[in-house]
Amino acid sequence: MTLATKRAMTAYAFLALPLAFFLAVRFGPMLYMMGRSLTSWGLLRKTSSFVGLGNFREILADPVFLQSLSNTAKYAVFGAPAVIALSLGIALLLDLVPRGKGAYRLIYVLPYITPIVAVSWVWRWMFQSPPLGVVNAGLAALGLPAQEFLNSPRQALPSILAVNVWVELGYCTTVFLAGIQTIPSEVVEAARIDGASARQVLRKIVLPLLAPVTFFLAVMEGIQFLRIFTQVYNMSMQATGGPLNSTKSAALFIYQKAFVNFEMGMASAASLVLFAIIMAVTLVQIRVLDKKLNY
Amino acid sequence: MKVRKAGVAAAYAILTLFSVTMLFPFFWMLMSSLKDATQIFQMRLLPAKPTLGNYAYIFLSRSSRFPQWFLNSAIMAVCTTLSVLFFDSLVGYTLSKFRFPGKKLIFLLIISTLMIPTEMLVIPWYAMARSLKWVNSYWGIMFPGMISAFGVFLMRQFMGTIPDDFVDAARVDGQGELRIFLRVILPLVTPALATLAIFNFIGNWNAFLWPLIAASKPRMFTLPVGLANFSGEAGSDWHLIMTGATVSMLPLVLVFLAFQKQIVRGIAMTGLKG
Repeated sequence: MTLATKRAMTAYAFLALPLAFFLAVRFGPMLYMMGRSLTSWGLLRKTSSFVGLGNFREILADPVFLQSLSNTAKYAVFGAPAVIALSLGIALLLDLVPRGKGAYRLIYVLPYITPIVAVSWVWRWMFQSPPLGVVNAGLAALGLPAQEFLNSPRQALPSILAVNVWVELGYCTTVFLAGIQTIPSEVVEAARIDGASARQVLRKIVLPLLAPVTFFLAVMEGIQFLRIFTQVYNMSMQATGGPLNSTKSAALFIYQKAFVNFEMGMASAASLVLFAIIMAVTLVQIRVLDKKLNY
Repeated sequence: MKVRKAGVAAAYAILTLFSVTMLFPFFWMLMSSLKDATQIFQMRLLPAKPTLGNYAYIFLSRSSRFPQWFLNSAIMAVCTTLSVLFFDSLVGYTLSKFRFPGKKLIFLLIISTLMIPTEMLVIPWYAMARSLKWVNSYWGIMFPGMISAFGVFLMRQFMGTIPDDFVDAARVDGQGELRIFLRVILPLVTPALATLAIFNFIGNWNAFLWPLIAASKPRMFTLPVGLANFSGEAGSDWHLIMTGATVSMLPLVLVFLAFQKQIVRGIAMTGLKG
C-alpha cells in the first residue's frame, strides 16, 4: 500500500461513523418521511396503505392548515423586516457612541441566549389582563385603555411576533455591528474630507457596504420566523395556537397533527409543504437580494 | 461639533431606552419569583416582603420535579457537547488535512443537512425512536444532536489555519494518526473548540421541540419541557412559574457572563440556534 492510499484509508476510517450518522439521522429519515407522506400512516393504525397525493390534497383543503400557513406568512413578512430594521438602527447608534458599546450589546444579546420557553412564559405573565399584567398596568399609568394581547384573536399574533423580535434583536445587532466594524475607516474619512455629510456617508457608503450582511440576516431571520414553534406553543392557551387558531404556525400544526392526532402521513405531507415554502423563500431571497447587491 | 455631541447624547438616550425594554422582563421575572402567592397579585415593582419560599419549593419540595429536570438537562447538554466536540473536530480535521477521493462530495453532503429543518425530521425520528425503544431515554433525546453539521463547517475552517507542516512533522516522528489528532491538532484549536462547546451547550440547554416529543414521562423531561409542562398545569401560580423560569435561565446566564467575549464573537461569525 502506498503512503497516499494509507492516508486515504485513515481518512475514511475517521469519517465512517460521522457519515453513517448523517445518513441514518438526516438523509434516511428525510427520504423515509417523503415516502410516508404518500401513505395513510398513523401511529394508532396497524396498517398503512398507499394513497398517492391524497394527503397533500386533503391537507391543502384543510382550512386550519391554510390558516396556519397564512399565520406563518404573517410572522415572516412582518417579523423578519422588523427585526432587521430595528437592529440595523441600533447597530448604527452603537457605532456612534464612544463608550459602553460592549455593555449595551451584552444587554441586547441576553434574550437571545435564554431559553425561549422561559421568556415566553415571562411575557405571557406580563401580557395578562388587569389587574395582573404589568404591561396593562403600564398602559393604565399612561392613561391608555387595557389591551387583551394574547386573549384577543387580533392581538395575539402581533404580541407573539413582537416577543420574537425582542428575542432575535440582539443576534442581528451583533452581526450588524461586526459588519459595520469591518468597514475601513479610511473610506469614511476620505468621504468626509471630500465634504460628504453624515447622511451621505450613511446612504452612499455604510448601507451599501452592509448589504451582504443584511442579505445574510434576511435569509436567516426569514427562516427563523417561518419555523416559529416554541413561542406559539408556550404563549397560546393550552398550547393550541389559539385563540381561534389565530396564532397557530405551520410548525405547530404539524406537531399537533403528528403528536396529538397521530396522523403521521398527513403530518409528513404538511411538513413537506412547509419545507418547500422555506426552500422557495430562501431561493427567491437569494436571487432577488443577490441582484440588488451585485451592482 | 455641537451637533455631533447632541447626536451622541440622543444615541445614548435611545440605546438606554432599548436596554430597559430588553432587561425589564428579566427584572420582572426575578421580582415575581421573590413574591409569595398573595403578593404576586399586587402590582408592585419591588416585593413588599421578598421571600425565597418559591425557590425552596422548586428545589426542595417532594412534589417538585425541577431538580430531576435540571439534572437531565445538565447530563444531556454535557454529553451531547462532548460528542460534538470530538466528532466535529475529527471530521473537520479530516476534511481539511487529508487528501482522498470523494472529499468534496462528503463535505457537501454534510453541509447540505443544514438545510433540513428540525421540524421536518422530528416525525421520522419519532418513528425511529419508537421502533428502537428509545423513547423516554437519554439516548433517545440526545441522538439527533450527537454530531453537528454546523460544527463540522466551523472546525474545518479553523483546521485550515493550521500549517500542514505541523501534521507532517508529527508523521515523520512516527506518531499514529489518531494520536496526532488528539495530541498535536486539538491543542492548536482550543479557541475554536471553546466557541463550539459554548454554542452547543446553549443550543442543547434551550432545545425544545425534539425533547418535547422524545420524552413523555415527566422524569425524563429536560428543563424547558418540564417548565412548559409545569407552567401549563400551574394555573395562576405565577410566582412559581416565574421561579421555574428563573431557575431554567440561571446556568445560561452564568455561562453567558463567563464567556461573553466568545459568545459575542461567535454570534458575529454566525448564529447559534439550529
